[in-house]
Formats: sequence, structure tokens, C-alpha cells
Amino acid sequence: MTKTVLLVGTRKGLFLLESEDRRSWTTRGPLCDAWPIYNAILAEDGTIYAAGASEWLGSSVWRSSDLGETWQQSSEGLNYEGVDGLKVNKIGSLAHAHGKLWVGAESVGLFESTDDGQTFSLVSTLDGAPGREVWNDHSMQPPGHLGLSAIWPYADSPEHLRVVVQGNSIFDTEDGGETWTPSNSGLRRDWPAPPDDRVGFCVHKLAPSPDADRWYQQNHVGTWRSDDGGSSWTEITEGLPSEFGFACAAHPHDRETFYTTVLDGGHGRVMPDGQLQVWRTRDAGSSWQKLTNGLPGPDAFVGVLRDGMTRDEQDDFGLYFGTSTGQLFASLDEGESWSEVSGYLPAIQSVQVATLG
Amino acid sequence: MADVHLPSVLRPIFAGLPRRVDVDAATVADAIAELDRRWPGLQDRLCHPGPELRTHIHVYVDGDRAQLATAVGERSRLDVIAAISGG
Repeated sequence: MTKTVLLVGTRKGLFLLESEDRRSWTTRGPLCDAWPIYNAILAEDGTIYAAGASEWLGSSVWRSSDLGETWQQSSEGLNYEGVDGLKVNKIGSLAHAHGKLWVGAESVGLFESTDDGQTFSLVSTLDGAPGREVWNDHSMQPPGHLGLSAIWPYADSPEHLRVVVQGNSIFDTEDGGETWTPSNSGLRRDWPAPPDDRVGFCVHKLAPSPDADRWYQQNHVGTWRSDDGGSSWTEITEGLPSEFGFACAAHPHDRETFYTTVLDGGHGRVMPDGQLQVWRTRDAGSSWQKLTNGLPGPDAFVGVLRDGMTRDEQDDFGLYFGTSTGQLFASLDEGESWSEVSGYLPAIQSVQVATLG
Repeated sequence: MADVHLPSVLRPIFAGLPRRVDVDAATVADAIAELDRRWPGLQDRLCHPGPELRTHIHVYVDGDRAQLATAVGERSRLDVIAAISGG
């Protein structure tokens, strides 16, 4: 019997929701002493890692090797000692591959742990990358800045990584962080270009498809597709009610199918018309279907944050998203219908899923 | 021995940490270093690298707001407070 575990990072701790049929769920939490959790993952060896950032006690990576029964936390080495002007204000992204744990921070930096989260060392502050000279200036940042907001390890080598610097760029490295190359060709912006116009884009969320060449992206301005592994991008916004959104996910088995949750793009950043809605394309962005069956509305003025959507990889895969007001929804029929998994969690900042057994 | 009073938010993350600890220390920094020796990682929770006290961690020595360099007497009371904020 397989067990599905949803790892839900919230403003008030990590919650684990477990199910054997993905219909009936049990909930444990708040874990990690109710610290704000920006992301949590379950590594291949069964260890849960959670990126916590307490306003009082700073940032630390929590870990559990028994599926959340007991926890330890460490921030040893998770700092910029010796680097002028940088401070770890928050950690917001995690990835685990090749036996390593990577952590992304604000100020912008990438850390790694090779001892299962007990100690950390700085990999890179992306020195020399275009935009590096301004992106740690707090006067230039939006509220809630996450810094290095996403990390995508590649299977071919531990030296090969893709990261997102919030409000600036996708960057790729093939030498373990020595050098970084922007991967934004084709994207647009609604603001003045910086001196190096290869950067200055507001990439909210990347979603790789099962085909390594096909990636999708929800941006501050537009929804995008790449057919060359994310080096260049084609806009697929037409047919969506807004160009603004955060959370998205690609179908785990079909490169043509992609889901996004667009929002009103002003200060509100809630679902259009007060109707929770997920948008799906089955033809790589040529056309879109609005999916609302089982989702609340028309008086549901809620938002979804950038790490608030995910999917498992089962044949009949499950699709999940959580709102910034604490509702968690699931679909087991490719988005045709939805059910509420939980209705009263704290504000949801991330949703990840793992299948055990 | 200084009488150190610690905030409750630390107890869940450091096994066996009491609310009150006696330490030999000449300064606040010394006291925190001694606590870190006994409960590794505790200094990281109270201080930024530098070190400097975290923004919302306040320390008082005998009732007066203190910094890391503040002297601690043989019979001082040292209160570490997670400042009340938020909602």
C-alpha cells in the first residue's frame, strides 16, 4: 500500500497530511515548533527537511528522519561570515539530490550540506552574475523578498544547477556555482531594463515537464513555455484572465499539459472574480480550460503563493494547491474536479508531496 | 554565578534547557558563549554572525537593557527576552 504525504509549510509551522487513498487524510502539526516554514521536502532517504525562518530566532533547517516524529534543527555554517554586507535574513528554498542538500537564502546565496543537514557551507553568492550589484539592496526589493527563491538540481551532475533570484533572473551553473548564466531569453518586463538586459525579469515559478526540453513558467508578467530546456521562452498567456500569478505545476507524464493559478495582478493578488480557479492547457499553451468544479466561489477572495502548488507522480496523479488563507485542495482527475483536503490551516507558503511504499 | 533567565521559545529546540541557568561570565557575550558550549547552536538562535544580538532578542542585566559587551556581575540577573511583537 502506498502512502502519500503532503508537506505543507505555513506561517505557523509545518503540517504533514498523510493518506493511503488520497481521499481521506490525517493531519499532524504544527511541527518545527510552529516556526514559519517556507519550504519542506522529503528526500530520497526518507529525511524531511524544512526551511524555517523565525522572526526572533533566525533561520534554521529543521530535519526529521522518522517522518516528523522527532526533529532537530541546525544553522551551523548557514551564514555569510567573511562576506561583506550580507546577512541571512531568511531561507526559502530547498533541494536534495546527489546526496546533497541545497538551501537558498536572502540575502541571495546558495548553501549546501553534505552531512544531512547538520552543517552547511556557502556555495555561492553569485558574484559576477549580472544584477548581483543591486539585488541585495533592500530598497530595491519587494516586500517579503525571498532572495534565491528556487533551486533545481539536474540529474547529470551535482555541478549542474538552475536557480531563480527573485525579481531578477533564472541562472544556470554547470561548474558547481563558479559561474552563472542567465536563462531568460524571450521574456518580457513591464519596467525599465537594467544595464545588462539579460536580467531584470520577475520569474515567479518554474515547472519542468517530464521532457527535459520542455519547461513552463509563471511570471509576474505572463505565462511562458520553453522548448529548449529553459534557455529561451515563448509567451502562452493568451486565453488566461490575467498575466500575473505565482503557483503552477506541469503534468508528470504529458509534456503538453500544464496548470497555473493566475491572480489579479494589483495589490489584491486574489483569484479573479472571487472564484477559485485553476487553468489547464493540454496543448502547451495554445488553449486553456478554466477548472472550478468543487472550488469555492464567487465570494472566495484568496491567493496562492509561488510554492503553493504541486503534483505527485503516480499514474493517476494527484494535483494539490494551498492558499494563503489556509485552505488545501486536491484533484485526482487531472483538475476536472477538486475537493478540500483541509480548510483551516495557517497561511500556506509551500506544498510539496511525496509517495512512500 | 550570574542567574540567566531564558525565553520559553528556546526550550522546544534544545533538549534539557531550563528556563533558568547559572553561568560564570564577565559579559553578556561570555554568558551566551557558555550557554552555546552546553547547548550547541544556542548562540545562533540569539545572535547574528558578528556576533550581534538578533533584532527581536533583548537582553537585560539587572533590569537595564544590555548589549553583548555589557558587564555581568557575580550576582547579576540576566534576562533574555524574545520581544513581544506581531499578532
